[in-house]
Amino acid sequence: MEYKLTAPCTAADLAPLRAGDTVLLSGVVYTARDQAHKRMMEALDAGQPLPFPIEGSAIYYVGPTPERPGQVIGSAGPTTSGRMDAMSPRLLDLGNKIMIGKGKRSDAVKAAVQRNGAVYLAALGGAGALMARSVESLEVIAWPDLGCEAVRRLTVRDMPLTVILDSAGGDLYQSGPAAYMASL
Amino acid sequence: MRTIPAQRITEAVAALCIEANTHLPADVEAALKAARASEPWPLAQTTLGLLCDNLTAAGEAGLPICQDTGMACVFVELGTDVHIDGDFEAAIHEGVRRGYTDGYLRKSIAADPLRRGNTGDNTPAAITVHLVNGEGCTITVAPKGFGSENMSRIAMLKPADGVEGFKQFVVDTVRQAGSNPCPPVILGVGVGGSFDKVAYLAKKALLRPLDVPNPDPYYAGLEKALLEEINALGIGPQGFGGRTTCLGLAIEQMPTHVAGLPVAVNVSCHVTRRATARL
Repeated sequence: MEYKLTAPCTAADLAPLRAGDTVLLSGVVYTARDQAHKRMMEALDAGQPLPFPIEGSAIYYVGPTPERPGQVIGSAGPTTSGRMDAMSPRLLDLGNKIMIGKGKRSDAVKAAVQRNGAVYLAALGGAGALMARSVESLEVIAWPDLGCEAVRRLTVRDMPLTVILDSAGGDLYQSGPAAYMASL
Repeated sequence: MRTIPAQRITEAVAALCIEANTHLPADVEAALKAARASEPWPLAQTTLGLLCDNLTAAGEAGLPICQDTGMACVFVELGTDVHIDGDFEAAIHEGVRRGYTDGYLRKSIAADPLRRGNTGDNTPAAITVHLVNGEGCTITVAPKGFGSENMSRIAMLKPADGVEGFKQFVVDTVRQAGSNPCPPVILGVGVGGSFDKVAYLAKKALLRPLDVPNPDPYYAGLEKALLEEINALGIGPQGFGGRTTCLGLAIEQMPTHVAGLPVAVNVSCHVTRRATARL
């Protein structure tokens, strides 16, 4: 199935999604990877606000290349999500609904996805030029000292994504290879 | 004796950093397109098609193929009859600095492994120099992304583990990596030598074009057998399932100690980049 969604999203918006479905995502997406996640945890520990509204948010694990003059964004494919595993459940429990990255997640993340009616979507790893096409605007909103790891607010249109973890416990990294092997 | 000004090395390295990050080597692109044509699983075929589209998108927009423009691994084959006029290593680092700045490439080097921070210009380069006879100077820049680098493994196997233990370690590395290294992967495998040499062999194997087998028929046969075994795992492009898990695999071997069987697998992705210039 192919779904068109606009972020921010509610659990009800995401409930029909199943592992293997395609999502064309529009709306607002925030970028954050290792260092930004670490700082978000520190902010929460200190009782300070996060740099963006977390409820319903979509977070993209990406550190783009610098944009050339006249370009909205540089190359912008996903980084390996597993490095965020220790921090994602806390954000999901606070209302984060969509995580975008690539690669395996921990059991704790899978449980938090189910518990909160969230989803984990894969962008195409290594296809940074293609992913960049769906980004319409970019603004650095926090921690510019982190360079490519700063938090950016992106406006995207029809960003092509694949559902990996769904709220019913589906995991494409298990079911996809299994379905292929069963077809042989 | 031939003199090469350090400035020429800087200019060559800068140009190679940009070239490598924006244009895939012909053999890697050919392997990706061949895989798309032969992939039987529909989702995998679509995914491989998108990876091919990405190459077109990068070319049209002048964007790097992948946002992880990597650590600049620089390999130099330097003739012993060459005199470098200036600081050789500093010239390479300066080339990386210029290439990554002028080419709008990402600066991905942490200044210290434990204290982190960012050097801000993607230096230092990881430099490997190999001395050869003559007056030549051949420079290869192979930017290496860490999504795949992090999935690499090394093992000091026992001689009794033999070829089966060797093959199992390689296949297990890919199985464990799963979707993380952006499959379809490309593998550089080192076997033999010592703890440090085997890692170098694995890295060196990634420099060999995918359509060039190991010159030793025994190892060429192993390369083919391992590729088939890995492409029977079912991981598929991006880990979504399918046949195309690995686009190519090269083994580099060397003699080792009677008590050892070192093995290293350097995992790379479908964006395995390298560009070469002969000065």
